[in-house]
Amino acid sequence: MTAVRTETLAALERVAFGYPMPDGRRREVLRSVDLTLARGDLVALVGTNGSGKTTLLRLLTGVLKPDAGEVRFDGRPLSDWRRLDVARRVAVLPQQLDLPVGFRVAELVEMGRAPHARRLFASTEADARAVATALADAGALDLADRLAEELSGGERQRLLVAMALAQEPDLLLLDEPTLHLDLAHQVSLLAAIRRLRDQRGLTVLAVLHDLNLAAAFAPRVAVLDEGRVVADGSPAEVLSTDLVRRVFGVQVDEARTADGRRHLALREV
Amino acid sequence: MRAAATAPSTTRPITIGPSLTRSMIVLGGGAILLLTAVVVAVAIGSVGVGIGDTVAVLGHRLLGLPLAGTEAPGADSIIFDVRLPRVLTAVLVGGGLALAGTVFQALLRNPMADPYIIGTAAGASLGAIAGLMAPILLPALAIGVGSSWLGLGVVQVLAFGGGLGTVLLVYAVSRANGRVPVVTLLLTGYAVSSVLAAGVALLMFFSGQHLGAIFGWLMGSLAAAKWINLAFAAPLLIMSAALLIVRWRGLNLLLLGDGPAANLGIDVEREKLVLTLLATLATSTVVAISGTIGFVGLVVPHVLRLAIGPDHRLLLPASVLYGATLLALADLGARLAGGIPVGILTALIGAPFFIWLLRRSRTVRPVVTP
Repeated sequence: MTAVRTETLAALERVAFGYPMPDGRRREVLRSVDLTLARGDLVALVGTNGSGKTTLLRLLTGVLKPDAGEVRFDGRPLSDWRRLDVARRVAVLPQQLDLPVGFRVAELVEMGRAPHARRLFASTEADARAVATALADAGALDLADRLAEELSGGERQRLLVAMALAQEPDLLLLDEPTLHLDLAHQVSLLAAIRRLRDQRGLTVLAVLHDLNLAAAFAPRVAVLDEGRVVADGSPAEVLSTDLVRRVFGVQVDEARTADGRRHLALREV
Repeated sequence: MRAAATAPSTTRPITIGPSLTRSMIVLGGGAILLLTAVVVAVAIGSVGVGIGDTVAVLGHRLLGLPLAGTEAPGADSIIFDVRLPRVLTAVLVGGGLALAGTVFQALLRNPMADPYIIGTAAGASLGAIAGLMAPILLPALAIGVGSSWLGLGVVQVLAFGGGLGTVLLVYAVSRANGRVPVVTLLLTGYAVSSVLAAGVALLMFFSGQHLGAIFGWLMGSLAAAKWINLAFAAPLLIMSAALLIVRWRGLNLLLLGDGPAANLGIDVEREKLVLTLLATLATSTVVAISGTIGFVGLVVPHVLRLAIGPDHRLLLPASVLYGATLLALADLGARLAGGIPVGILTALIGAPFFIWLLRRSRTVRPVVTP
């Protein structure tokens, strides 16, 4: 199955998108985005606030339809896919999610099984297994019986990861998964996701803000700017001081650790 | 981190969904309570019939069992022609309101939501009052309160159409770019309701001798319960309840927000429309045969969510059973209290109870935490 590993799972081809405004025109966010995700890819997506990173993720789930260009998933245009069929293959860790009051963590994780539901009321053995596996993979087994509204920020994030994993997706889209997390939780969350990708061949696209974290996490970084992917490649190729200045308007210096790892250091704020 | 990678071998079973035992207790218990409430409510009244005779007559009429012949004279008529239709109406109305309230609270993700919130009450009230005042409004057409359509009074028909029509209007007005944002829906419902309420007030101002009837309708009463109304309402309510209960998964997912629900495979706008239509159909049907009875549709969902949790798999059928039980008993109370409209009783008892609940429990909170 080595051929499968190079096969394209999802692709945006010259995708343009704008949000409708009250006056009927569209506020253009993406002008012409090309991005291809091969199976097993682990890609960090970076860019300024408002550059359209979340929009790009929503186009990949088919929740938004492109104004121009095409989004393809598993070889077929996404517009041909039913919502439910997309949900069986693509899971999202959203930036924002309202947690309903009174549900236990295991019950919420079971909601991730909704696209696979076979029976009207009952849950299946497969559901129970998938929920247990997802909880374990997200490091959230100990949270199973807790009420969701009583979780700390880090625990809550593990719950969201477990919900997404319960979907048993091929493609996992993460929208700022490290938001509100301390350094230890940022590292353990990203390490867990990378391990899943290594073990299961999960394809991952993660929106990240911390460029050094992105470089440490992903073998491939794509930069979104002015509605286009302006750079796409290994962190060393992409995250140059020049690009950071052009895209973010911030001066950084390239530094090396004693063992030779590259690091972008801010000049004084 | 390594520990998290492999599931511990001592993994205890993860329980998901309500257990069968728990479902049986909640729903079976609710069914027994409801049945008991129906028998008691039928037996008790200005003429006491006795539980034994009540069961005998119900068994005879509903199951074809032979009568013992020892029943009190007139028991059959009192039970079958007078009390049973009224108690069954209470059952349908209570179950329908509690179910619709549960649906709207989840759909609008708003703890203040009740079945009437997006315009059903105001639209139905205007329709019903126009019907009650038809002799004044349209004397030339000679449409009276006694006019009927398929055996239904003009009041029922106009209330039903008014409620359903208002929600359709509110929904259509709230729609922008193919989406119906919840907040827009709530605010539009409020605005449209205000306009219609002004119409109601205007009609009441000119209502003359009809004011009493109008007031009784607005308070909500089951005094006018008839078999013919039940024949209209029961199929609509049973159908909408069944179709809502099987959509429990969609309601659970919509609690997460539109985006996450879509990512879990829900066609969000379609699901919201279907749920709104079904819940409004149930509410309009209920209102047509009982007027606007308050608090049942607000309080029952909250109490149940506290008692059995927020999972709609159990919450939806439970709201039907317990809402029905509650209103059957409340209407019994209203009859015993000299025949006051049951809506007065539910407000009198329901509102203080709700306040007590709010103060006692931390868990009556927003339906969701952002």
